Amino acid sequence: MKATDISNPEYFHKVVDCQFACPAHTPVPEYIRLIGQRRYTDAYMVNWESNVFPGILGRTCDRPCEPACRRGRVETEPVAICRLKRVAADNKDDADVAARMPTVPAQKNGRKIALIGAGPASLTVARDLMPLGYEIDLYDENAKGGGFMRSQIPSFRLPEEVLDQEVNYVTDMGVSALYNQRVDSMKAMLAKDYDAIFVGTGAPRGKDLNIPGREEAADNIHIGINWLESVAFEHIDKVGKKVVIVGGGNTAMDCCRTAKRIGGEEVTVTVRSTYEAMKASPWEKEDTLGEGIPILANHSPREFILENGKLTGMSFNVVESSYDENGKRTITETGEVVTLECSDAIMAIGQDNAFPWIEKDAGIEFGDWDMPVVDKVTFQSTNPKVFFGGDAAFGPENIITAVAHGHQAAISIDLMLNGQSVVDDRPAPGVHLASTKMGIHQWAYDSDVVADQRQASAHLPIEKALSSRKIESELGFDLDTAFIEAERCLNCDVQTVFTEEKCIECDGCTDICPTHCITFTDNAEEDELRQKLTAPAPNESQDLYVSMDLPTGRVMVKDEDLCLHCGLCAERCPTSAWDMQKFLYTVTKADNQPAPILAKHQQRTRPREQAA
Amino acid sequence: MSYFRPPLRHPNEPKNEVGLTAQAYEGPISTLCAGCGHDSISAAIVQTMWGLSIPPHRIAKLSGIGCSSKSPSYFLAQSHGFNSVHGRMPSVMTGANISNNDLHYIGISGDGDTASIGMGQFAHVVRRNLNMMYVVENNGCYGLTKGQDSATADEGSKSKKGRINPFEAIDLVALALDLGATFVARSFSGDKDQLVPLMKAAMSHKGFALIDVVSPCVTFNNHPGSTKSYDYTRQHVEAGAVVDFVPMEQEITLDQIQGSTRKVDLHNGDSVQLSKLAAEYDPTDRNVAMRTLMEHKAEDKLLTGLIYIDPEAEDFHKMLNLTDTPLNELGKSELCPGSDALQSVNQALR
Repeated sequence: MKATDISNPEYFHKVVDCQFACPAHTPVPEYIRLIGQRRYTDAYMVNWESNVFPGILGRTCDRPCEPACRRGRVETEPVAICRLKRVAADNKDDADVAARMPTVPAQKNGRKIALIGAGPASLTVARDLMPLGYEIDLYDENAKGGGFMRSQIPSFRLPEEVLDQEVNYVTDMGVSALYNQRVDSMKAMLAKDYDAIFVGTGAPRGKDLNIPGREEAADNIHIGINWLESVAFEHIDKVGKKVVIVGGGNTAMDCCRTAKRIGGEEVTVTVRSTYEAMKASPWEKEDTLGEGIPILANHSPREFILENGKLTGMSFNVVESSYDENGKRTITETGEVVTLECSDAIMAIGQDNAFPWIEKDAGIEFGDWDMPVVDKVTFQSTNPKVFFGGDAAFGPENIITAVAHGHQAAISIDLMLNGQSVVDDRPAPGVHLASTKMGIHQWAYDSDVVADQRQASAHLPIEKALSSRKIESELGFDLDTAFIEAERCLNCDVQTVFTEEKCIECDGCTDICPTHCITFTDNAEEDELRQKLTAPAPNESQDLYVSMDLPTGRVMVKDEDLCLHCGLCAERCPTSAWDMQKFLYTVTKADNQPAPILAKHQQRTRPREQAA
Repeated sequence: MSYFRPPLRHPNEPKNEVGLTAQAYEGPISTLCAGCGHDSISAAIVQTMWGLSIPPHRIAKLSGIGCSSKSPSYFLAQSHGFNSVHGRMPSVMTGANISNNDLHYIGISGDGDTASIGMGQFAHVVRRNLNMMYVVENNGCYGLTKGQDSATADEGSKSKKGRINPFEAIDLVALALDLGATFVARSFSGDKDQLVPLMKAAMSHKGFALIDVVSPCVTFNNHPGSTKSYDYTRQHVEAGAVVDFVPMEQEITLDQIQGSTRKVDLHNGDSVQLSKLAAEYDPTDRNVAMRTLMEHKAEDKLLTGLIYIDPEAEDFHKMLNLTDTPLNELGKSELCPGSDALQSVNQALR
């Protein structure tokens, strides 16, 4: 294999599994260390710079970081990253956070941008462009901002105060919020002479279920996302005693738990797939079962049953899932039919994009499935002035993906309006690599690896939790538990950096490494090398770090897969050929805005660089 | 500074025949200098004992005084241990060996502990063919007292302060051959591929097995001009009889026979396969061993590998017709046979 090029920022970025898996690439170990130091406001700001909604995401994120967490590979459970984020948000000093918000210039730059839909993607665009002097009009059909974060996520999972605070951090920068204004025509928007238009309207159309009885029982059959929205905006405040939910995603989990809080006594979730194959996050399924709501798997809807024109039940075909060798699923009916009594039925079987308000001749090309043609890097549509992001761009995803889209769209808008190329002039990521060596065997990070298991987050007693849809049911970590959990983080951003010239091949590192990551061996092709290491390296999603040739003709090969970042290789190295270096990777925002914590570093190092 | 190894290990850590992972054979983190060759030897011992599936509590590790003799603290934490007086490990080892023939004995010593203060004890334990593995962690200097030349420092070798050693070195391998050792090997701490099979063979050898391991002192003897540095050793090392240890149960494949030239059976059914330069080399001939050793020395080469083995020799226990049952397992009647037995012994001496 060729020697690894560690000067490529993406190499070490990939080693930081959580950050690499996060669509917004939030520097997770960085803020977890700050939580461990009880610097909650700092931890919050590191998050806020990157993902804009730490308090919201700390409760509702889909957590792509957690399955990626290295701890899950060397132990059983990943670090509870999401709940630690919530700790930062819950314990921050509000006044300090307000003081650290970016300053917005009073003198505007003369450019005006429209954001359509006040969800996470649009708010992120506003957050990135307001400090640069843009004037922004934010349109939303509802009375408050937040988009689906407000209409879809029930208050018992995401309290309104948390949502309001983080939406307001953005809108308080001077965004002109045009609420209760539904945009009906793209052409009309284009005619308004905005310099750019960003579409962040989500995927607003809930799927319906056309089985016998649907039309006749329409009064008591609800579309999940519309029903949640009506509850959130208090158009609906009660539901029948017996409720059946159809669907197995997170929306279904939100619907059933909401129903249980506004009058539903017997609430049942039915899903066509197996329990394991349900789309809902495992923790949402657990919370649902924990509230006494049964989930009936392998139930495929058959018909709505009416008596005297009123819904009284639903019947289901019991089905079986089988998978062929390619993992393709086939669902077959067993012949058994089950009937459930219900006074209301809620359909939570997915959602689609819908752009009825974008005219065919608005200069925006549409492709497959009536989706706009949007560039995956620049988020620009075929009309150079119009950008898409969030669920509106490529279909339903999640909040953190919408945020990542928003940052990139903001970069594109800023580049375009400054006459630069949205493709070629995109900024490089911010990278900072510095030794953590403080002295002999002393590091600027807590290198000890602890054996603690994943901590559980506390919940309200069930009667209290179910008493109102506005009481948050999960309490989160107390500060001592948060500390224990924070210490479980392996500090994967503190990289093992190897300097060939210093190595005397004493084997000290190989001997001490608790997970047999390091091998000195003759070089070979990757497949062969992976087999002949001290411990074979079958996980090909993780790279091998290969040195240049050493004096004996061998190379150092490190399997990044199971490294604990404990620093023992560097401690047992007599020549400091190994060094533990902190790698901070940040996604650069519009107008090359770095994160403030990084900015402090740069203020310190810049005079020295100039002197050199 | 880390005082503890992380509790987490490789999730697919293999288990040996007694169901243990290598972790059961480890010790606490070493406090020797980072990069010390002794730590590599400790790691080789962990690999050896794990690989031989010897339960840790069936092993006794004994040592004298010095950096080398300190190293047993850092491996086999669950084995028996004895840190004896300087240079007197062989005496304590003899006592332990006599009283319990069932344990596996590892003696760890250094060039000072063996070739200076312990020279007399070393000579006699070799002669007696005590059943043990005797590892000399040989760095050619007194690392614990700031790196003075030891008795194994080569003539002409330069100390860290720049002084040239005027004295002839004691070659422990040659000495052991002369004293009638039945298993003599030399290796290098930086070559575990060679050291681990040698250690496995030494542990399976019934009798005294010496492994002289060049183990660089990173702090006081790893500079240009030293003849015991990592670089010098790598440049001058010549693997003589390269050993592959073959446990009894393992079938010897055609491949191994073609690649090797000689197979020596050990007393317990295990065997060693010799390869590479072994083509003209007969490790069971003491004269050949002596001559080859001298030839390599004359050419300024360090001969490593299995240099001599006599798998048939009687060990100390056999020679003196001692009991095979550990003393702690003998009953009162065997230990104190009564006045009649005493009478008959006395009678025999009249």
